[in-house]
Amino acid sequence: MTPLLQVDSIAKSYGSRIGCTDVSFDLYPGEVMGIVGESGSGKSTLLNCLAGHLTPDRGAVRFDTRTDGLRDTITMSEPERRMLGRTDWAFVHQHARDGLRMNVSAGGNVGERLMAVNARHYGEIRTEAIDWLGRVEITEDRIDDRPTAFSGGMQQRLQIARNLVTGPRLVFMDEPTGGLDVSVQARLLDLLRGLVREMNLSAIIVTHDLAVVRLLADRLMVMKDGHVIETGLTDQVLDDPQHAYTQLLVSSVLQV
Amino acid sequence: MNDYNFAYLDEQTKRMIRRAILKGLAIPGYQVPFASREMPMPYGWGTGGVQVSAAVLTPDDTFKVIDQGADDTTNAVSIRRFFQKTAGVAVTEATSEASVIQTRHRIPEEDLRADQILVYQVPIPEPLRFLEPSEVETRKMHALEEYGLMHVKLYEDISQHGDIATAYAYPVKVEGRYVMDPSPIPKFDNPKLEMAGIQLFGAGREQRIYAIPPYTQVVSLDFDDYPFQPTKADHACGLCGAEDSYLDELIVDDEGGRMFMCSDTDYCATRRKHGHVGAQGFPFAEDAA
Amino acid sequence: MISVESVSKSFVLHNQGAAEIPVMQGASLKVGTGECVALVGASGAGKSTLMRMIYGNYLTASGRIMIGDVDVATAAPRDIIRLRRETLGYVSQFLRVVPRVSTLDVVAEPLLATGTKREAAVHQAEILLTRLNIPERLWQLSPTTFSGGEQQRVNIARGFAFPYPALLLDEPTASLDPTNRATVLSMVGEAKARGTAIIGIFHDHAARDEICDRQFDVTRFTPGLAA
Repeated sequence: MTPLLQVDSIAKSYGSRIGCTDVSFDLYPGEVMGIVGESGSGKSTLLNCLAGHLTPDRGAVRFDTRTDGLRDTITMSEPERRMLGRTDWAFVHQHARDGLRMNVSAGGNVGERLMAVNARHYGEIRTEAIDWLGRVEITEDRIDDRPTAFSGGMQQRLQIARNLVTGPRLVFMDEPTGGLDVSVQARLLDLLRGLVREMNLSAIIVTHDLAVVRLLADRLMVMKDGHVIETGLTDQVLDDPQHAYTQLLVSSVLQV
Repeated sequence: MNDYNFAYLDEQTKRMIRRAILKGLAIPGYQVPFASREMPMPYGWGTGGVQVSAAVLTPDDTFKVIDQGADDTTNAVSIRRFFQKTAGVAVTEATSEASVIQTRHRIPEEDLRADQILVYQVPIPEPLRFLEPSEVETRKMHALEEYGLMHVKLYEDISQHGDIATAYAYPVKVEGRYVMDPSPIPKFDNPKLEMAGIQLFGAGREQRIYAIPPYTQVVSLDFDDYPFQPTKADHACGLCGAEDSYLDELIVDDEGGRMFMCSDTDYCATRRKHGHVGAQGFPFAEDAA
Repeated sequence: MISVESVSKSFVLHNQGAAEIPVMQGASLKVGTGECVALVGASGAGKSTLMRMIYGNYLTASGRIMIGDVDVATAAPRDIIRLRRETLGYVSQFLRVVPRVSTLDVVAEPLLATGTKREAAVHQAEILLTRLNIPERLWQLSPTTFSGGEQQRVNIARGFAFPYPALLLDEPTASLDPTNRATVLSMVGEAKARGTAIIGIFHDHAARDEICDRQFDVTRFTPGLAA
């Protein structure tokens, strides 16, 4: 079976400082990969390299495109990569503001991707937007409100709806629950879990929160100082950590 | 004695502008950057249109200037006198007699011919500007034909106002490729953008020129279930009785009484010369100024 | 069906002076279809450890653990994920659930994950919950607020929802009253009859003797404990 994403020896440095180095893994449809590490571990650099926001110094990121099989997205032309970013890929930012148009209504935000791939019937676009808002638990009466009128959790859910409306196959998430209240986090994680299952999404989730990966990720990569120091099944890495740093990380988590 | 070069600008500048115009005609609807010059009028008063006119005028041309359809507003008069002084060209108020027409915010009602040039004054050339403030990003969107955001604007209109509320500067797609802002002409004028004449658009402050060659396809953006409607006030002209021209609304007394009349002054005057009279009008005679 | 071949494991505690604690050495065990084997041994001898190694939750340092034709000790994560979904079930001692998911959905999950249609999966969940005496009024609630015994029964229902060919049971009858205990034992019996290979840990000796065909003493393979 072809992997959906094949990451091959990705490395990125900032001058002499290593951002991330020698990262390789395969991701298959329906799999969720968590990447954990503390600040400065290189996890965000890695995510941005994978998602095409940064150009890595070395390595390839091959994606199984719908029409051409495995293609290296780093060497793809910019129009192709941007098209991928609007259709098969999605990116959920830590701060909803980075992933939304704040001066456009919720319905417009969700409908934008549809309109970008030539949806031209207002009624149908609106119906689909309402449907998606419902799936992220935003009521229909909020469809014409701007995101500035939403709470943080709602903005994040709107961001998710906006990203998923075109049925992407791969979702990148950067600290999706960062900055949210605990109860709001729980609700959001649950929602994400459900959507990932329902839509058979693959996802790569960067977080410093081990509870998030325990809940959402099948596999886990632990990063420190730009290197991947341990990788495996989530429950195995968390319950039977091998590397000294992983053991430290797991034992440092406060249990409630 | 006239110390100015013909039409004010030096020849090299005119060549630079003509190159931009040619490029604009070769790529209909594409915004060509140009080195806009300091003109003897402030930004926002038609410097772009004036530079384009200056570059295309020849001594044999007959020049007409309209401002919101009228030949006799302050700005129209100023610009006409400017070219009379610096180019010595013949001027006219009659659309059919002009070879170059500079306009602010209207297209003449009378169909233009293949030997005529229409020069538009443009404030903001970028149709996506108010949705996407980044110039880098809008240039990419045009280059990659990513116009989803344009439809988002129309969507927002319908969701807020029940219909596409954009009444002027209504965005169009030119020759199936570039989305363009036709300048703040009323949407009623959009269908006229498909014409026999050459259309040139100049934005002085923003330093862009764009163009539509004759007989180019220009389609106003819309949704399948909310098609484009070129609407106007539901009245006839009070002076000449025309039912198919764009109207200005005039308050005539202190009780709120009003009258509608053709925005295109030449069109209205020509109709009245031919004997048409509107409900509040009277037969054509030499009007007091 | 399940074949543990000469497995060994130690824990290295890097943050406690790199202390190395060997917990298992050269353990071997075979469980055939329809067999139920009980892991026995003193507390701390490694029963749960071995079970977790078989499930892939703990890494095996050396040896092989064959479930069908997959070697859990060396398989790729994705193959273990598939194994856990389709072949190997695990009823742990603790119910670890996601907040906000209803009891019905918790139990139906293994069926949904293997492609059963929602209606049929939920129906099967209802049957199991009824059998284990979880009242209907609790079905739409999340089990996070249930009592220990109720949670355990939900856990068991989930473990038995999908007919796995192999099953690991860690203290399945703990915290259960006699009625429910009997129900669970008969469910285990039914699984055996289906041909399921079962490995269980039972502190309840009576239950163990009732259900299991033989015992496996892990102490024999625990370094420092072997007599």
